[in-house]
Formats: sequence, structure tokens, C-alpha cells
Amino acid sequence: MSENKKIRVATCSLAGCFGCHMSLLDIDEKLLTLLELIEFDRTPLTDIKHCSPCDVGLIEGGVCNAENVHVLKEFRKNCKVLVAVGSCAITGGIPAMRNNIGLWECFQEVYQFEGGLEGGQVPNDPELPLPFDKVHPIYEVVNVDYFLPGCPPPADAIWKFLTDLLAGREPKLEYEMLHYD
Amino acid sequence: MSQCDSPDLKQRLAPILQKHGRDPTKVLQILREIQDTAHCICGQSIDLIAEHLDLPRVRVAGVAGFYSFLAGGQACGEYRVLFSDNITDHMLGKAELMDYFSKKLWLEPGKVSEDGLVSVDSTSCTGMCDQGPAALVNGMPLTNLDENCLDLICELIRSRKPVSDWPPMLFEVQDNILRKDVLLGEAFEPGAALKATLARGPRETWAEVDKSNLRGRGGAGFKTASKWSFCHAAIAEEEGHVVCDIGDRAERIMVCNADEGEPGTFKDRVLLNSYADLVFEGMTVGARVVGARRGFLYLRGEYAYMLGKLEGVLQQRREKGLLGKNILGEQGFDFDIEIHLGAGAYICGEESALIESLEGKRGRPRNRPPFPVTHGYLGHPTVVDNVETFACAAKIALHGGEWFAAMGTGQSAGTKILSISGDCERRGIYEYPFGTTIRQILQDCGAEDPYAVQVSGPSGTTISWKEFDRMIAFEDLATAGAFMIFKRGRDLFQMARNFSHFFAHESCGFCTPCRVGTTLMQRIMDKIDGGHGTASDLEEMKNLGQLLKTMSHCGLGTSAANPVLDTLNKFPDVYEQKLKALAFEPAFDLDGALATARRITGRDDKEAHLGAES
Amino acid sequence: MSNTITIDGQTIPFQEGQTIMDAALAAGVYIPHLCHNPEFTPHGSCKLCTVTVNGRNVASCTMPAVEGQQIANNTDELNAKRRALTQMLFVEGNHFCPFCEKSGNCNLQAVAYHLDMMSPHYNHFYPAREVDASHPDILLDRNRCILCELCVRASRDVDGKEVFGLSGRGIDCKLVVNSSSGDLVDTDLAATDKAASVCPTGAIIVKRHGFSVPIGQRIFDHKDISQVQLEAAQKERGHE
Repeated sequence: MSENKKIRVATCSLAGCFGCHMSLLDIDEKLLTLLELIEFDRTPLTDIKHCSPCDVGLIEGGVCNAENVHVLKEFRKNCKVLVAVGSCAITGGIPAMRNNIGLWECFQEVYQFEGGLEGGQVPNDPELPLPFDKVHPIYEVVNVDYFLPGCPPPADAIWKFLTDLLAGREPKLEYEMLHYD
Repeated sequence: MSQCDSPDLKQRLAPILQKHGRDPTKVLQILREIQDTAHCICGQSIDLIAEHLDLPRVRVAGVAGFYSFLAGGQACGEYRVLFSDNITDHMLGKAELMDYFSKKLWLEPGKVSEDGLVSVDSTSCTGMCDQGPAALVNGMPLTNLDENCLDLICELIRSRKPVSDWPPMLFEVQDNILRKDVLLGEAFEPGAALKATLARGPRETWAEVDKSNLRGRGGAGFKTASKWSFCHAAIAEEEGHVVCDIGDRAERIMVCNADEGEPGTFKDRVLLNSYADLVFEGMTVGARVVGARRGFLYLRGEYAYMLGKLEGVLQQRREKGLLGKNILGEQGFDFDIEIHLGAGAYICGEESALIESLEGKRGRPRNRPPFPVTHGYLGHPTVVDNVETFACAAKIALHGGEWFAAMGTGQSAGTKILSISGDCERRGIYEYPFGTTIRQILQDCGAEDPYAVQVSGPSGTTISWKEFDRMIAFEDLATAGAFMIFKRGRDLFQMARNFSHFFAHESCGFCTPCRVGTTLMQRIMDKIDGGHGTASDLEEMKNLGQLLKTMSHCGLGTSAANPVLDTLNKFPDVYEQKLKALAFEPAFDLDGALATARRITGRDDKEAHLGAES
Repeated sequence: MSNTITIDGQTIPFQEGQTIMDAALAAGVYIPHLCHNPEFTPHGSCKLCTVTVNGRNVASCTMPAVEGQQIANNTDELNAKRRALTQMLFVEGNHFCPFCEKSGNCNLQAVAYHLDMMSPHYNHFYPAREVDASHPDILLDRNRCILCELCVRASRDVDGKEVFGLSGRGIDCKLVVNSSSGDLVDTDLAATDKAASVCPTGAIIVKRHGFSVPIGQRIFDHKDISQVQLEAAQKERGHE
């Protein structure tokens, strides 16, 4: 790896809670070291809206609607290495709890029964992403190169994973860094 | 309406419960009869059976949920029409006919008509491949179906005519025996093999079976004489006797496996229809050799229509002194045969699952060791042999082992009965000496431009036209009897896909690799069929295939991937022409998964769709 | 006769009547397993404990140890297949570790950690499965059931009640309970029963104990399942 060429990294959260992003920030002062090695492309941190060609894409969250698919495919197209970060990206996670509840029941709950919304309508604005019947992990929609489990993955695991990857090593987590919760 | 709802259920079930006494091994037989009477197994029926047999309710419910014909708690129509789903039925128009029939009756397959009158569904191969498309109506076989025939059946159903009063020609089943050799060709005098056995003595008869090199005809090809001696030794050892000494204190069991569930196989149906004496005599010879007093014929549920006829043959044999006490006047030679019906579960063809089913349980293959020959039915040493094996044994008892061993090849003595179906002029039963080539068989049955043959059914081997000089023999192509022919132009992918559905449907669910792996395999085949398959899906199927082959609990799992692996290996183009050029395709239909939301929101704008390019 | 078998080159003793799994656990050799629990009759369904004996794959929990067996256990090939089976168990059910009370104490999860399972790999089934919260003290969440039948065995063989059983077939197999209503509350299951505590996953849990052990102090937070189960086997031997 040439020292003056930084690794370009993009991140996003699909159907997720940004918890994995928070865990990324949780690597604390090591962020400064990290920033010497990488530069950010599209991320919620830079507020860049579209992904340009990158070395690594980190995806948090599962795929719950049409917009998620557009974003995910943009990442897949632009990122040499795509990483599923966290339980939702890997199994659907908490949002997938709705997978055995009909979409109509979900809509009713959100738009009609919720306090203050009695008698409300299900919105049909084309601006709103249309939800899928079920929430899926991202590997069911695009090819994924690596998985970094956890809810969220601990900061140390993210650090270990990224530094392995940046050093050209096959990422390997210690026992205590690998967990699904 | 379902008769389960009737308040007098208890009275209605009483005769069935009384008939079977309080024997817990009768659970399946009781459930079958209740299903036939009430068209469903409701919770109350399960309560009543559990109470009657003094069994935990959960055990009865477990059995009721296992077998396809018991409908798993769901109601089915007063008339239940089940279309045979084998690939040979499909090649003869099954899908179109089932669709025609369902539309005519305003029915959705898998659901019961609102008046509870009729339900239509698919079922695994009913063993009528030489006279398909086939179906079962309330257990009675329908063959050579066409639209005219279905029109008539619709009329009969609408007029609520009991199936027992339908024109008998609807239920005609042909033997279609087209080539006979020593098993099917010679007339057999009931009792002749038993007389020879008694004259020769049990030990000497065992020696003849040993000399004959007879191997099991169910496909696995275990040496019959060895199985018999193990079963015998199991007790003889405990009693301090030597192998083949006929002790009479401990019980041994002789079971005839007539759970002919392998799609494409129907030779046992013909043997039982027209050669039942030969089969029962073979069982009785075996009983004499191992010292068994009880025998069972495990008859697949699809062949229940033969029950009456077979009971009749057994009765005649009892009257002639060929079954029962002191057979042929021989003091202490007691043996009788009971018929036990299956209820739609291919796995029960596996010998230990069959024994579980005989005991009235879920048909789940046992852990081995111990093997059935030492710990079988209710723990007794048990021999389970194929229908055809017993027919051979009777002939060997009659003519001697050398006579039999002289036929066939080095490792495969005797003849093999094949059930030939698919693309040929003369479908039916052919008996050949082992060693006959595929080419010869194809020529004899008038195969038109043959391209591939599925030997021994889905669990067997798919061979291509390049391999037609191979032969039917344990040392080359071992077979339980299925022989399905596919001419050039047939889509072999659809054959493999049909078989992948079959295995997923028939997996017992006990072990992880088979329970989940067969369903994963089926889903990938469906994905490819839907035009969404990629090269990575083929790799996935190869990996799944290896997992099934090496990690499964029983033969169903280890062979479940055969059709996919064989076709991937020998006919890769049938997959490649269906694949997308892309390396990866989503696991599910993205646009289809938005349909519900589109319907709810009423949206149909561009953003409400996901095309292939998105 | 010396009564020894060899696992991955290590010769270990066995006693007559022991399975390969029994002998291995006693000798401190870990073979991954889920449906097996040394307290109960071996079952042989999960197939994670498959080992290669003289070239043939067998379930070590049901295969008797026989003098001279040459056994391959901790090989890359077998572990890859065990991982695939574990992944199958994850996708056929609804296993969401982040909100499961059993997380950190769950054998399914721990075996997955042991086998370095980074994702469930296969496409999820997301099956619709019933949750039964009818019982005042015990929750039955079929989403998390792996059909190991430990509860079936425990209830039948230890509690003498036969509260649980399996119904259905193939991928539709499901755990059913011994009551006409189909509800757990109408069975005689008690929270003190063995069957209420034997579940290796979070399918059967005693209510009001969820999350009582903080993260960091749960069974598998710092210890691999191999270590936990071998220590348990050793302790058991100490008692004998």
C-alpha cells in the first residue's frame, strides 16, 4: 500500500439504527490513526449523497424497501470490497421482526392506530420508499465480500477488522470480538 | 362440511377403535381409517385415539402430522383427488389436466371446495407410470387420465355418487407385463416352494439361498442369506445355539417391504397383483429359515386398493394350510402374515423407518447400530426384504441355489424386474437377466430417440446416451426397478427440478442436512426455473449436494442430490441455457416483493418498481 | 483388549458401551454438538458431531466406540460442513440474537462462534412459527426451536410427563405439546421440570429470568463452548 494513497471508504445505514456507525465512532482516539489511512467517501459523516469508486463499502442495516436496493446496488457497483456490518445487514435483525406480520397490519399500526393518527391514511407519495413484504439481509440482494457481526460489532472488532483489511490480511476476529448481539 | 364437526364423532369412531383393540402399534391404521371415514383428523379424534390406546396425546398428534394421506389436521373433501406428480405424469400432461379439472370444479389446488365436497392436490408418484397420467380418488387408482375421463369424474362427484358405485372401468389397472423370465414366466403352484423347503430342511434351504447369491432387490443389494443368518444368529447366540438352529422361544419377524415409493417404480404392484402367492410363499420360506412366526406386508398407502385382494390370497393360503399353525402339517411351523398400510411417506421404504411405522410411529429412520436384524420390530430380530426378493427366494427354494446363481452376472445372480416408463412405445414390466445392457432394453421397449435414462428413480442414477452400453447389475447400474426414458428434446432440468421437489416433500425432517438441504436445493432449482439463476447458484447446489451426500442420516438424504448432481455433471447445458449472464442475482424477486405495498398504497409510479437494471 | 480409539492422532481410552462422543468428552476431546446432551439418550439428529471413522461419516453421539477406530474430528473439511449445518439451523428458523433472552447462554450461538460463523450464508426462510406464552411460568417460542428434541427426551425420560413431541414432516416439522388445545398452559409442565430448562436455545425459557445475567458474565461471553462443555464433563466425572 503506497503511503500517500489513502484507502477510500464509504458507509451507509439501510434498515438499521446507526448503532453500527456509533460503534465505529467508538474507536475513539484510534479514529485519528484511522483517518491517516483512509478517507471517507459517501457516509452519514461527510453527508456526501452518492458513492463514487471506493475501496471499501461498509453497509449497516438490512434491505427493507426499494430505496435500500438502489443504495446497496450503488455501493456494490462502486466498492471493490463490500462489508455487511452488524446483525441487520447479516440477518435482517430487529427490522425483520416484522417479517411474519402482514404489511397491511404494519401500515395500520403505523399510520392509523398510532396515537394522534386515528383515521389517518396510508401515504402514497412517490417520494416515500416503498417497503418490501419482508426485510432481508443484504447478501440476499447483492454479493457480499465480508461479514462483521454484532449488534453492534464492538469498536475493537471494527478496528481489528479494518486494520486487518488495510494491511492486506484476511480479517480474523478474536473469540471475544465475535458475537451476534 | 367436514364430518369431524359432527357431534356424534365418538359413536362414529367407536367401531374403528374397537376393531383395533388397545394395541398402540395400530395408531397409524386407526388414523387411516378415521381419515377415510371423516375426511380429516380433527383434534377430537386425536383425543379419542389417545384415550382409547392410553397413549400421550402428543404421540398420536405426531403420527397424524407425519403422513401425507392423513392431511395433517387439515380437512380434505368428501372426494379427495390426488394427481400423481412424477415427472412421467408431467410428460403425459399432468399439470394441464389438474388445471383443467380444478377449473371445471371451481377449485384451487390444495384447498377444499366451500361445500366441503371435493379437494384436489398433487401427491408423490402413485406407481402407475406406465399408464399415466394417474391420480387417486379416495384411495382408488385412476389411470390414463384425459379430459373426457375427468369430465365423467366431475359429473360423478357433482352427483355425489359414492366412489364404490363409480364405473369399474375407471379403476382398471393393467399389469402390462411385456417380458417374462424365470420369475414371471413360469406358473407357480402355491405350496411347492414350502414343500421343497420342508423336504430339504431349514438349514439346507438357507444354504441354497446362500449358494444362489441372491441380493436384495430394493436397490441396496445386501446379500439375502447373510441378512437371514444375522437375524437368526441374533437370537441363536443369546440362546447358546449355533447359527441356523431353529429355536422357537424368542420372536423373529419377517417383513415384506411393499412401500414401493421410488418414483418410476411399479413392479411390486404387479408382483402383488398377479404373483402374490409367490411373494407370500417366499416370506414363509424365509420365516422357516430364520424361525419367524409373525410376518408383515407393509403395503404403501397408494396401493390400498389391493388390500381386499391380498387379504383374500392370505385367507386362501390359510385354508390350504400354507399359513397359520402347523404349516403343511409340520408340527410347530407356525407363521402368519398381517398387512399394514402406509399413508403416504416415501421414507417408510427405508427399513428402519418402515419398522417405526409398523410400530405405529412417525416413520423416522433409526440410529444404527443396532440394525433391524438384531433389534427390529418392537426390539425383535427382524428381516425386511423387498417384494421381489421374496419372489426370488420362493423360486430358489423350489429350484435350488445353483439354478439361480447360473443366471445373471458374477456379482448379480438371477433376473431383475424393471418398471419401464417415459418416452417409449411399450411401457410396462420387463424381466431381464442381470447383465442386460441399457441399449438392449431401450430397443425392446421401442424407445424413440432416447437421450437419457433415469435408472432406479430419483435416488438412482441419471445416465446419458453416451452410457447406453452400461448394464443392469449391482457391479454397474444397481436398480430397484425404475427405468424412466427421456427422448432428445425433453428438458432434463425439469426432471431434476421435479425430483428436487419430491425429496423436499418426502424428507422426514429428522436430520439437519436433509430437512433444510432438500428445501434449499428445491428453492434454488425454482429460482433457476424462474429465470433468475446464476453461476453462483450452481456452485451452491454442488456444495449442498456434497453436504447431503456426506452428512445425512439415511439413504434419502444421501441420495437426494443425485438427480441435480448427475444432470449438472452430464448435462451442464440444460442449466447453462437457463442462467443469467450476471454473476449474482437476488435471492427473491425484488419487484414482486413490492407488490403488496403497491396494492396498499395504490402506487404504480417508477419508484414503486424495481426493474432488473436498478 | 486395550479399548482405545484414535481421534485426530490422539489415542484415548473408552469403556464398553460408550459412544465415540462419550469417550471423547471423557478424554477432554471436544466434538461440536447440539442435539446431544450427556444426560440423555443420544439422538443423532443435528449431525454436527459427525466424524469420519475409517473413511465413513458417522454421528459420534450414536456410534459405539470400537477398538482401533481411526477417527478424524477437528479437520477443516468437517468443520466447514458443521458450519454449513449450523447456518442451515439459523436460516430455517427465526434466530435474532440481539433481542433473545438466551443470547450469551445459547448453545446454537456458541457453536456458531466456535465454528467461526460470520453469517448465516443461506437465504433466510423467515418461517411463520407460533409463540406460546400461555403458560404462567414458561415461554415456548418456536421461532428459536432447532428440533433437537432435548425437551421431548427430558419430559419423557426424566419428568415422566411427555409434554413435548414433534409433528409435521420435513421442513414443516414442529414442536407440539400434550394438550387438546395445543397450548402449553393446558399441559402439566412445571417450571421446575427438567424439560423447562434443558433447551439449548431460547425456544423454551422460564419466564421472568430474561437478561438477569449482565452482558460480560454470561456463559459464553469469554469462554468457547468447547471449554465450557469439556469442563462440565470433567466436573461430572469428578462427581462419579
